[in-house]
Amino acid sequence: MTSRISDFDIDHLHALLKSSGLFLKTGPFTYRIRSSVRSVAEGLFLLYGQNRFFPEMEFVDFDIRLDSPNSLRRRFRPKLDFYFDHQTPFKPLPISQAFAFLEWGMNWCVSVHMNQYLKLHAAVLEKNGRALVMPAAPGSGKSTLCAALMLSGWRLLSDEHALVSLHDSHLIPVCRPISLKNKSIKVIEQFDNKALFGPLCKDTHKGTVTHMRPDARSVELDDTPVKPGWMVFPKYIVEGETRLTERIKETAFLKAGEQSFNYSLLGAKGFETMSKLIEACDCYNFSYSNLDEAVETFEKLSATAV
Amino acid sequence: MSDQSYLLLEVIRAPERLARLSMADWNRLIPQARHALLLGKLHALILEQDLLKVLPEKPLNHTLSAYLASEKQHATTAWEALKLERALGSLEIPLVLLKGGAYIQAKLPVSTGRLLSDIDILVTRDRLDEVEENLHSRGWRSSKQDSYDDRYYREWMHEIPPLKHITRGSFLDVHHTILPPTAKYKPDAEKILADIREVSPNVYTLSPVDMVIHSATHLFHEGDFDHGLRDIIDLHGLLIHFSDNEPGFWEALVPRAIELDLINPLYYALHYCQLILGSEIPDFVLKQAEKGKPNALMSGVMDWLFMRALRPDHPSCDLPFTSLARSLLYIRSHYLRMPLHLLIPHLTRKAWKRRVAENKQEATAGLP
Repeated sequence: MTSRISDFDIDHLHALLKSSGLFLKTGPFTYRIRSSVRSVAEGLFLLYGQNRFFPEMEFVDFDIRLDSPNSLRRRFRPKLDFYFDHQTPFKPLPISQAFAFLEWGMNWCVSVHMNQYLKLHAAVLEKNGRALVMPAAPGSGKSTLCAALMLSGWRLLSDEHALVSLHDSHLIPVCRPISLKNKSIKVIEQFDNKALFGPLCKDTHKGTVTHMRPDARSVELDDTPVKPGWMVFPKYIVEGETRLTERIKETAFLKAGEQSFNYSLLGAKGFETMSKLIEACDCYNFSYSNLDEAVETFEKLSATAV
Repeated sequence: MSDQSYLLLEVIRAPERLARLSMADWNRLIPQARHALLLGKLHALILEQDLLKVLPEKPLNHTLSAYLASEKQHATTAWEALKLERALGSLEIPLVLLKGGAYIQAKLPVSTGRLLSDIDILVTRDRLDEVEENLHSRGWRSSKQDSYDDRYYREWMHEIPPLKHITRGSFLDVHHTILPPTAKYKPDAEKILADIREVSPNVYTLSPVDMVIHSATHLFHEGDFDHGLRDIIDLHGLLIHFSDNEPGFWEALVPRAIELDLINPLYYALHYCQLILGSEIPDFVLKQAEKGKPNALMSGVMDWLFMRALRPDHPSCDLPFTSLARSLLYIRSHYLRMPLHLLIPHLTRKAWKRRVAENKQEATAGLP
C-alpha cells in the first residue's frame, strides 16, 4: 500500500514539519518543506493529502522553510521569512499569509531555477490524451477557467507552469493546487460546491488568495507527460460573450514567448522547442464571462483531439 | 581545508571526484555551489571531464540550468559591449572592460559557466562627464536616487553610481580609477590604461598582469565576500591561463604590482590561491611577492579571517566564527577605503538608513 500524506493527522504532520521536514514530490521536483506554522501544516494536509508520502528522498531540488526569523521577533512582529537553502529571497510577510507565501515561494523555485524545460506562465490541462495550454498574464481569468475545467473532468497538469520538454515538446505535469483570488473564489464555490479550498489569506499583494485542491486522478498521473493539442489564450471580459476564435500560429508564437520565463534564455533551443509546440497545437483566442458556456466550448474542442 | 563540509572546494580541486559522489554528497554540493555562484562553473567542470552521461540527472538539472543562464548572460554581455562600444566610439574613447565582462569578451577559460551581475568599464577621469552624458542619452540612468548615496559615490568612490539601462534593465559600473581616491594604496589608472589589450575593434581588456592585479585588488579590498570563493577561482584560472599562454607573465607580475602600489593585494591573492586551490606559482614569484606580506601577527590574523570568509556563504560550510570574520573584513574594507573621520559617519548613516528601510514594508518585492 502506498502511503499518502493524508495518512497522517494534522498534529503529526505539524510535528514532522517542525523537525526533519516533509518531502513533497510534485511532478519532476522534490521539495523538502519545514515550518513551525500551524496553518502550513493544515494547508499541506488538506491540499497535498493525496500526494505520496516519502519518509526519505535521495535528492532534494528545493530545500525550503517558512518561519519567523527569531523568537523575539515572533513575539513583537508576527512575520515569516521564506528560506530557500538558508537564504531569504523575499521580504517577510505576515503570518496570516503563511500558506500563500509557501505556494508563491514554491512557484518561484521553479520559475527562477529550472531551465531544463521551456517554461511558460500557463495553465495546462488534458483531455482525450492531448494537452490544452493556456498562457496568460495575471488577471486574465486563466486560473478560474482552469479550476472550472478541472472540476468538469479535465486532468490538471498545472495552474502556473507549462513545462515543455526540450526533447519532444511534450507537456510535463507539475500538479499542485490552483491559486484563486478575490471574486474567483466565490465564482468557483458557486460553480461546484464540491471544490475544496485551503487556508484563506486576506490582504495579500494580490488581495484575498486561496488554493483549491486538484482531483485525485490528476495527482495520480503527475508523472505522465502529455502530447500538445491546443494553445488557447483566455481572456475574462465582464459580461462578455463566450467566443473561441482561431488564431494564426505566428502571433500565437510571439504571445506565448511573452509569457515564457526562459524562452530567450534558452536561445536556439527555446526557439526550436516553441516551434514544435506551436506546430503541434491548434491555436485560439478565447473570451468569456460565463463558466458553464466556457466548459461546454472546451468540451467540444476536446473532441477535436487527433 | 580537508574537512567534510567543504565538498565544493574538494570537487573543484579534484574534479575526478565528481564521478564518485553519493546522492547525499550531491545534496550538499548543489546548495554550496549555488550560494557561491559556482553552479554554472560546476557544470563547465562536468563538461570538461566529459561526465554528463555518467552523473545522476536530478542534480545535473541544477548545474545545467545555471550553465544555460550563464550562456545567456554571455550573449547579453556581448550585445551590451557592442552598444557601449558605439557610445564610447562616438567620443573616440576606447571601451575598456573589467572583470567578468573582460573575461567573456577575451574568451578566457575562466569565463565558462561564470555568472555576472553587471558590466564594469574603465574610462579616464577627465572624460568621465562626457561619457556619462553620452550614456545618459542612450538610456543609461543612475540607479541611486538618494542624494546621499549619489554624493558618496561621486566624492569618495572610484566609480560613479551604478547605471541601469531604462529598457534593457542591464547594470553598468563606470570606473575612473582602481581604488577610491581616499584609499591607502594609490594606483595610477593612467598607467593601467596605457597598457590595455585590444580584443576586438575598439574593445579592450587590461593587460594580463594588470587583469590579475586588478582582480586581486578588487577581492581583497571589497568588504563583500559572498562570492569570495568564486573570485579566488577566477584568479586561479587567470594565473593558470596566463602562465601557459603569456610569455613573460610571471616575470612581469610582481614588478608591475609594485609599480602600481598594489603589491599588498597581489600578495594576498597569490598566497590564498596557493593555500586554497593549490595554484602552482613559481618560487621566485612568491619570493618577490613577500614584499607585500604583512608582519607575522597580521599574517596570522588575515589567514584566520580570509580562510573563513572565502568559503561559500552557506551554513554547511561555516567554521566557528565565520560571521565574525566576515564582519571584521567588511570593516577592514571600509578602513582601507577611507580614513576613520570619514568612515565612522558614513557607516553610522548607512546603518541608520538600513533600519529605516527595514521598517518600511516592501514585502511583496520579487514575489510571483
